[in-house]
Amino acid sequence: MTGAAESVPAQAAPEKTPKISDRTKSERKLAWLLCAPAVIAMLLVTVYPIGYAFVLSLQEVDLRFPDEGGFVGLDNYATVLGSDLWWQGLFNTVFITVVSVAIELVLGMIIALVMYRAIFGRALVRTSVLIPYGIVTVVAAFAWFFAFDPTSGFVNQLPFVADDKAWFGDRWSAMSVIIAAEVWKTTPFIALLLLAGLTTIDEGLYEAAKVDGANAWQRFWRITLPLMKPAILVALLFRTLDAFRVFDSIFVMTGGGQDTESVSIIGYNQLISRVNLGLGSAVSVLIFVLVLLIAFIYVRGFGTAIPGRERGAN
Amino acid sequence: MKRGTREYTLWSIGLFVILAASLIPVLWIASLSLKAPATIGEGGFFPTEWTFDNYKSLFEGGLDSPLLRPLINSIGIALIATTIAIVLASFTAYAIARLQFPGKLVILGGALAIAMFPPISTVGPLFDMWRNLGLYDTWAGLIIPYLTFALPLAIYTLVAFFREIPFDLEEAAQVDGATPLQAFRKVIVPLAAPGMFTAAILVFIFCWNDFVFAISLTSSDASRTVPAALAFFTGESQFTAPTGNIAAAATLVTIPIIIFVLIFQRRIVAGLTAGAVKG
Repeated sequence: MTGAAESVPAQAAPEKTPKISDRTKSERKLAWLLCAPAVIAMLLVTVYPIGYAFVLSLQEVDLRFPDEGGFVGLDNYATVLGSDLWWQGLFNTVFITVVSVAIELVLGMIIALVMYRAIFGRALVRTSVLIPYGIVTVVAAFAWFFAFDPTSGFVNQLPFVADDKAWFGDRWSAMSVIIAAEVWKTTPFIALLLLAGLTTIDEGLYEAAKVDGANAWQRFWRITLPLMKPAILVALLFRTLDAFRVFDSIFVMTGGGQDTESVSIIGYNQLISRVNLGLGSAVSVLIFVLVLLIAFIYVRGFGTAIPGRERGAN
Repeated sequence: MKRGTREYTLWSIGLFVILAASLIPVLWIASLSLKAPATIGEGGFFPTEWTFDNYKSLFEGGLDSPLLRPLINSIGIALIATTIAIVLASFTAYAIARLQFPGKLVILGGALAIAMFPPISTVGPLFDMWRNLGLYDTWAGLIIPYLTFALPLAIYTLVAFFREIPFDLEEAAQVDGATPLQAFRKVIVPLAAPGMFTAAILVFIFCWNDFVFAISLTSSDASRTVPAALAFFTGESQFTAPTGNIAAAATLVTIPIIIFVLIFQRRIVAGLTAGAVKG
């Protein structure tokens, strides 16, 4: 880090200002010193391991057979991409991501509007939506599991639900409960972000639109939504990437059974349960590439502004 | 603006639905935890036969009990990771909010990239590295990845808060005769403290919540945290499901969170939306 601190002023110097004052120089040095520990700590457990994962993914590494091994090129990737399990896991992950994020966005918007237009009890709503946010995901998953479980649950005793419905015995019903748990846990986050976006809109715009004869729906569609585009996109970006990592709920509810595995569950099973580090690392690298792709699509395709950038540029 | 009865009714319904939806799953797990094993199949929210046995058996046997060690691990690991993360992140956030230097955007962008990083992608290499370094199944083995993934959250939250601090006050204090250190300690630190506290809450919730690292990098109660321990709970005998115990443990770890949220809700909301980064 100190090397970078010294070289940076040297290259910037000739173009911009003829001479960089000592004060500027020492300020930069101080800044880099202050940032160095955090930057190193962040790189240590991300950049190095992902590089290491890439190296592992090109080898045959199975801890059950430590003597075998060696460089196998892209064989592990061919194995993963050639298996039905991977494609099914990818489909499940994309399905859970798209459905849960779509529901969360709509529900989050409704809750944000309810909180914004609060007549009374705004604090009460805020407190109650923060409870799902604060709860440990594993606990939330157990709560939903126990609610739907035929032996300990109450859902099957509700009217219109078969008393003996085995929710976790069938792929699609299990997926619906998993999605419901995800939605319950993370809608508050979206709602709070959207509420923050709502409060930045100038009330006067609504008054003006009303005078011009716009109804409530038109006002929402023509004023609220366009002005909230940045807040919506940031919320979507974070939630999409977060949902794509779905792991805890599936692990607790089905353990990946009934064909409900997500890509993260497949990676965990290969890496930790079967200690096949070669194949597992190939899965890890593929997940990483997919996450990069999603982030790229959001930033390029939708023009999501990186939070903090506009203010950070000064 | 006049509020009609219709609007009032609609809003009350909305309020009620949101309240019920957020609380019912929690209430259900709490009610299960108080039901005697024979009555666990009853669908009602009020136990017909109340019992605290599910809670008692969680702590029977002291440190060998199912929950005590994981609880100590969870609290210890989350506290240490949070403290280190907040200290390191405050340095960085101070530099970004206050000083002029090239590379600011790179750090902010990089932190954001790490916030989006899929943890499962690092689990395999860390599993291998930690076994070679002797960090597997230790507190440090979990603290290090938590620190890494908590830092972006902490940096974003702190930068947002530090930008609001009127740093001119520091110079004013120095003009009035304070030394730079005094000016920093007596003027800036008190102004920065609320933001740091908020960031600490968010980071703590993040560490407390982790599951992927907790089950991958631990193998025993030496370092297993509560979420991991919960997933591996077994019944008292082969023939009893651990439902009651899981429900009791789940309720126990949820109560502090609810109290936390009740006390600090304003801060949590401010922190979440200021940083716009999720843990």
